[in-house]
Amino acid sequence: MLGVSIVVFCMVRAIPGDPAQIMLGQTATEAQVAEVRNRLGLDEPLPVQYLVFLKGAVRGDLGDSIVTGRPVVNELLVRLPATLELTGFAMIIAILVGVPVGVISAVRQYSVLDKVASTTALTGISMPIFWLAMILIVIFGVNLELLPFPGRLGPTTAITSITGLVLVDSLLTLNFAGFWDGLLHLIMPAIALGTIPMAVIMRMTRSSMLEVMGEDYVRTARAKGVAPWRVVFKHSLRNAMLPTVTVIGLSAGLLMGGSIITETIFSWPGVGQIAYESVNRRDYAMIQGVVLYGAALFVFINLAVDVLYAVLDPRVRL
Amino acid sequence: MAEASAQQDVIAAPAGVRTRSRWQDFVRTFFSNRLAVVGLVVLSLFILMAIFAPLIAPYDPLAQDLEGKFAGPSLEHPFGQDELGRDILSRVIYGARISLTAGLAAVALATVVGTIIGLLAGYFGGYTDSGLMRLMDVILAFPSILLAIIIVSVLGPSLANAMLAIGIVFIPQIARVVRSAVISVRERDYIEAERALGASNSQIIVSGILPNSMAPLIVQATLTLATAILDIAALSFLGLGAQAPTPEWGAMLTDAFKSGFGVFVEGQHALIFPGIAIALAVLSVNFVGDGLRDALDPRRRG
Repeated sequence: MLGVSIVVFCMVRAIPGDPAQIMLGQTATEAQVAEVRNRLGLDEPLPVQYLVFLKGAVRGDLGDSIVTGRPVVNELLVRLPATLELTGFAMIIAILVGVPVGVISAVRQYSVLDKVASTTALTGISMPIFWLAMILIVIFGVNLELLPFPGRLGPTTAITSITGLVLVDSLLTLNFAGFWDGLLHLIMPAIALGTIPMAVIMRMTRSSMLEVMGEDYVRTARAKGVAPWRVVFKHSLRNAMLPTVTVIGLSAGLLMGGSIITETIFSWPGVGQIAYESVNRRDYAMIQGVVLYGAALFVFINLAVDVLYAVLDPRVRL
Repeated sequence: MAEASAQQDVIAAPAGVRTRSRWQDFVRTFFSNRLAVVGLVVLSLFILMAIFAPLIAPYDPLAQDLEGKFAGPSLEHPFGQDELGRDILSRVIYGARISLTAGLAAVALATVVGTIIGLLAGYFGGYTDSGLMRLMDVILAFPSILLAIIIVSVLGPSLANAMLAIGIVFIPQIARVVRSAVISVRERDYIEAERALGASNSQIIVSGILPNSMAPLIVQATLTLATAILDIAALSFLGLGAQAPTPEWGAMLTDAFKSGFGVFVEGQHALIFPGIAIALAVLSVNFVGDGLRDALDPRRRG
């Protein structure tokens, strides 16, 4: 993590363009620019700047956004629920579809369903996510007018914000119209974001199920007359889940990259959208914060995957 | 002379037993996979399209015709016209040049650097191995597209920098595959034999290790090409890759998207065709990659 923070810091500082100049505009005088640089600490040597940054980061302070002047952490926290809701929903779709279809494809290997599912999964992996999002908008948003977009809620819907998660908040306040509106807004971006992880999870579930079902203990279970569904779910699936869980953890990275694109297209007010904006505005502190948050989350999720590994497989010790 | 030919007879297979070389075996397995053949054909068509773009394209891909804004598909413009009235078919054809070359360049970079790192790490082991692989771990700690975005924002947005960024991001994957292949080859008897004959490290790596680690490398590089084409399109979509008016597939979608909400209503064809081109190209590369994997690496068949 320390290595990551150094890399992030150095790379972000290497971004060309002087933020002080950008803040003040082209008409600013030399003295004004120098004053702002001094106030932001940009005139210190780089190692000093890094230590200041690191000291803050450890205390949960990632500095202030150079553009808006508000603390980066606040900006991230305000936008985090929207991203969590979107990525969480996308992941749920991906797992709920990917795992069962993968299992069925493996059990009925070379059946029509298996071939259709495998080809669809490969097509899913091959589609650019921003294109999928646009096509969804064209088909369901514009032509069929089935699903609303952009954003998280329609202009006439209002909900009380408690957790920042639209679906949770509306249920807590018993606002069912709000829940329904939020759900409808969520479907398209979640499908766009969830398709690639879904395909990846499906392929991995299928191939690891196939591998496990060729093992001796599965044959033994079958031979001693264990019910077929029990063989599939108890003997095979539990063992086949290990690689699948790894892939689910790695998909978190896909989701993060994907959420930048999805949120930009659907005007979803989450962390991905702010990542895109801060790159375009050269907001050092913001980019630093977003990337560090992304990398930290990624490391954390994969750590969680390791823990889950130990739960699923008693042979693995932490 | 007589002695030499006699020796060859001993080595050659006994008469009557049909032997297949590894190459024949590979060709046979690959071409018995229908999807892989389809992928190869489609990919070849894309490559031909890229090479002969100036001959095939009916219009200049940059020529604007503002009166034909978002004109739908017609006989003169089979794919319709985009937000500036440019012929979409011609832009898709020229786009093959840019998108495929960009993907290939990124993968070439990742493959060359990744192979060198993987060879060194796998062959020498010890500190070289752990040092290089730690470095790869730092790169892998970032979600790949996030890292690519930072690299491009450091270098400035352009197609060349997008290729460079995607290339760097994919180095660890190639390095890991090569490293594990090298480790499995390193202890074989024929490597031992080369060493006993007094071959230097570099000779052993070039003549013994590398050729025998090629199969997984080729498979990984092909599958990486598919991802690279997608990721470069994604960077272009974020405005960090190819810049307008370059007819790159991802950039075409961006330009149409940025022209305003109207594109979803009247310019739908401007969104559909470049996307189909990306999906088809990537899909065919994936088919070829899967076919190669099945043919070269029977253990990972699935």
